[in-house]
Amino acid sequence: MQTAGVPTPFSRTTPVTKWDLFSGFVMVGMFGVGGIAASSYYVVVEKRKWLTAEEYASVIALSQVVPGANLINMTTIVSDRYQGIAGAVIGLSGLMLMPVLILIGLTAIYDQYAHLPDVRAATAAAAAGAVGLMFGTAYKLLQPVMHSPIALGMALVTFALIGFLQTPLFGTVAVVAPIAVLITIWSKRR
Amino acid sequence: MNVSVLFALASTFATTAIVSVGGLASMFPEIHRQAVNVHGWMTDGEFAAAFALAQMAPGPNVLLMSLIGWRVAGGAGMLVATLATVLPTSAMALAAGRAEQALSRASYYAILRQSLPPVVVGLILASALVTGRAAIDDWLGVALAAGVGIYISVLRTNPLVPLCIAIAIGVTVRRMGF
Repeated sequence: MQTAGVPTPFSRTTPVTKWDLFSGFVMVGMFGVGGIAASSYYVVVEKRKWLTAEEYASVIALSQVVPGANLINMTTIVSDRYQGIAGAVIGLSGLMLMPVLILIGLTAIYDQYAHLPDVRAATAAAAAGAVGLMFGTAYKLLQPVMHSPIALGMALVTFALIGFLQTPLFGTVAVVAPIAVLITIWSKRR
Repeated sequence: MNVSVLFALASTFATTAIVSVGGLASMFPEIHRQAVNVHGWMTDGEFAAAFALAQMAPGPNVLLMSLIGWRVAGGAGMLVATLATVLPTSAMALAAGRAEQALSRASYYAILRQSLPPVVVGLILASALVTGRAAIDDWLGVALAAGVGIYISVLRTNPLVPLCIAIAIGVTVRRMGF
């Protein structure tokens, strides 16, 4: 992969300091209840105006192609553009700081009271609800895929391999992703 | 501190993260398989509790990995699991971000962007199924998962809203003695 060159600047002309990055991404993490997609757009585009909406969309698109967490990748790319690798480390630390502290607090409270029936019921309900959220996400992502039988087939094969046959992720992606790429290339040539 | 456990955590999370397509949720089935079936670090029930706690805390999905690290090997485990999940892929994001102009002109970038969505959908669906099997063991759980899934698909609010409703219903139903 190419790493040559310096990060391409965004259209914003006033500088974004390392402290700006840290404090901004602390807010993204802290207010990211139920996922940080909404809070990151709010802080990065609307409140701090680090990126325009178009720039944000293009960084998100790039973040989705790179493996790993989309919004962690976004944080890395945005912080790097303004303050280089040190900025990326600072932005990521800011993003993770409050969520990790809150997680430690929540877990400590849970461990203290895990024997109470109400806490058990609440945890079971939260886990079930979170599974529902994942089905909701899958449903949303399924809409554009439904239009193509081949794409739908690829989705179902991946689902069956991981979901039912419990094949390892590494091997599955290594086989399925190249096939998906070949199908795209082949359907373009026709 | 058992160094071999930390090493196992690091290699498991790093290798899973670099093949996670379309976000960390696609890691969950593999992490469940590794943590429960392969390494025996936790039971299905403990995995489900970790999943619930990570979802209730604000912040990115990596928190599930952080919490599993903590459960397996304490503070050091949490640090190792978090860094192993975040650092390799962030390095790739950094490189891709710096090469964005070249990438956006490259035809393979467009092909990749078109090819991945079906794989991503399959992985997220599998993730929901695998975590569901670990976390849900009664009709109430199935009903709550279905309710939240439909709610968020139709209303598109902050996910915490249906999650809190589900918790309230779950506690109430238990108290009524079902």
